[in-house]
Amino acid sequence: MRDPNYAFAYLDERTKRMIRRAILKAVAIPGYQVPFGSREMPLPYGWGTGGIQVTAAILGPRDVLKVIDQGADDTVNAVNIRRFFERTAGVATTERTRDATIIQTRHRIPETPLTERQIIVYQVPVPEPLQRLEPREAETRRMHALADYGLMHVKLYEDVARYGHVSTTYDYPVLVNGRYVMAPSPIPKFDNPKMHMNPALQLFGAGREKRIYAVPPYTSVESLAFEDHPFEAQRWHKPCALCGAADSFLDEVVTDDRGGRMFVCSDTDYCGERRQRKEAA
Amino acid sequence: MYVAVKGGEAAIDQSLRLVAEARRGDPEQPELSLLQIRQQLRLLVDRVMAEGSLCDPDLAALALKQAAGDATEAIFLLRAFRATLPRLGYTLPVDTASMRLQRRISAIFKDLPGGQVLGPTYDYTQRLLDFTLAEAELGTVPICENRGAQMGTVPEVPPMGTVPSLELLDQEGLIERQIPLRDDPAPGDLTREPLRFPAERAVRLQNLARGDEGFLLAMGYSTQRGYAHSHPFAGEIRYGALEVEFVPEELGFPVVIGEIELTECQMVNQFAGSKSEPPQFTRGYGLAFGHCERKAMAMALVDRALRAEELGERVESPAQMQEFVLSHSDCLEASGFVQHLKLPHYVDFQAELELVRKMR
Repeated sequence: MRDPNYAFAYLDERTKRMIRRAILKAVAIPGYQVPFGSREMPLPYGWGTGGIQVTAAILGPRDVLKVIDQGADDTVNAVNIRRFFERTAGVATTERTRDATIIQTRHRIPETPLTERQIIVYQVPVPEPLQRLEPREAETRRMHALADYGLMHVKLYEDVARYGHVSTTYDYPVLVNGRYVMAPSPIPKFDNPKMHMNPALQLFGAGREKRIYAVPPYTSVESLAFEDHPFEAQRWHKPCALCGAADSFLDEVVTDDRGGRMFVCSDTDYCGERRQRKEAA
Repeated sequence: MYVAVKGGEAAIDQSLRLVAEARRGDPEQPELSLLQIRQQLRLLVDRVMAEGSLCDPDLAALALKQAAGDATEAIFLLRAFRATLPRLGYTLPVDTASMRLQRRISAIFKDLPGGQVLGPTYDYTQRLLDFTLAEAELGTVPICENRGAQMGTVPEVPPMGTVPSLELLDQEGLIERQIPLRDDPAPGDLTREPLRFPAERAVRLQNLARGDEGFLLAMGYSTQRGYAHSHPFAGEIRYGALEVEFVPEELGFPVVIGEIELTECQMVNQFAGSKSEPPQFTRGYGLAFGHCERKAMAMALVDRALRAEELGERVESPAQMQEFVLSHSDCLEASGFVQHLKLPHYVDFQAELELVRKMR
């Protein structure tokens, strides 16, 4: 039931229009961080306020919303955000990736391939991929403007020289549409290849840092690497202990206090659907 | 077996119930009223208003009650509420010289026109616990007859329209003049536009005005301990009430829409001079809703430190670096991001776990 005390999806229409304009600009310049007048949301900064504002701006009454955190629908923050939109927008929600029109996510891309009629909204803590190398925004802005990404390549090179491989495992930098280096948000690099030529619109919201950026459908997203050290995603030796999937990101679950471990899909919907299908067969 | 994070929904409901209980405390005890909070915790209310960027003591009191006295949480509630309010227009600039003063002191003059007015201050209290306050219902105090509590020989003047003491320096040309920029451009609005760097002074002051008091205090303090020398003097600190005027479009002339309380601090700092400017004093400025003296003073120190580049001083200390100061001053941004570490991070951690195993 929608709470009549608040505007549809919480934000007033003027604020939503401002956010939509930022989104349009972001879509027009793939990978470019568009500054926007981020508002204080009733959830804390760092807990998905950017994603929430983007979702609020694009949500319509007929949308079906899915919210995941770490790939799961039932983690506390995902539950909280889903409830927020149930309360303020009264929209239908789902845990099934296939049924959703908008998927708001933190730290994962669903295993089930997305389609053209879907939008995925990423919650972004740090939108600036160069921030750890250069904390001054005035500088990083200049570097993006000149496509001067030498600093990033040197960092990756130093990793290779020191460890024999790139030591970034999540929030692994990507080059979008051959132009802007972009932070994919803290998804594991396992998910990076899913961003490439994805049929769905991918929107990124960073509330605290007040930036929105986007990857339009069917846009090239290339994980940074070297010819002799190509990009490599994580792999597991065993399939999921619950559904047997060999193609999904696995979480390590501690099963007892004697070092027992099992590996299961982090995407709970994907895992559940596979198990259901197995049972039915 | 797979129980790691299941049951989130039921757990949240239970947690909400527990926090409501914890907030209320023993139901046998009478509940705090908003008026009590507003009157008896006025300085806390003022801080929440200042950092919440919303001048409404009743809502600030409500936020404090709901947040069980946690200032940052109360500021959060106020800001989130503020975000839903439409922007009707802008009031006329207020002139703090016309403040109805409750307090006004200057540390750079022994005496000055209008006098030193101490007003309500803890400055000259001995910090001894007053056990008579522990005896409930006995906490009545005699009403002070001369509410201004003036010092010195200055005769009783209504403490209103008092000339800011820095103007005395201005008459001699010893302090930089504060003249509006050419064409007096409208200041940016941080609540509508994101902070961009480099930020002009008006935007910096907005950021500091809603900045965390503790952060600004530490930053200001650092300038006194060798990180950005600025040799400050408290030129003037004033606290009092001001009328706020607004020009409704359909009327075309200003009408008073209410009164707000403000604390203002003007710091005076040494300046050795440059190629184009003779040696003179420069200014740092602090302003906050309500009675927030520590905040206003710290803000003035930081404002002056952030002017280093403009005044041709070397930028080498954190308090002089605008990206460092302005990006980390907001208590909500800081609190939210620090505390987001409580959220599950097991996917990223899994990836790191694999990496560490691989590297060993």
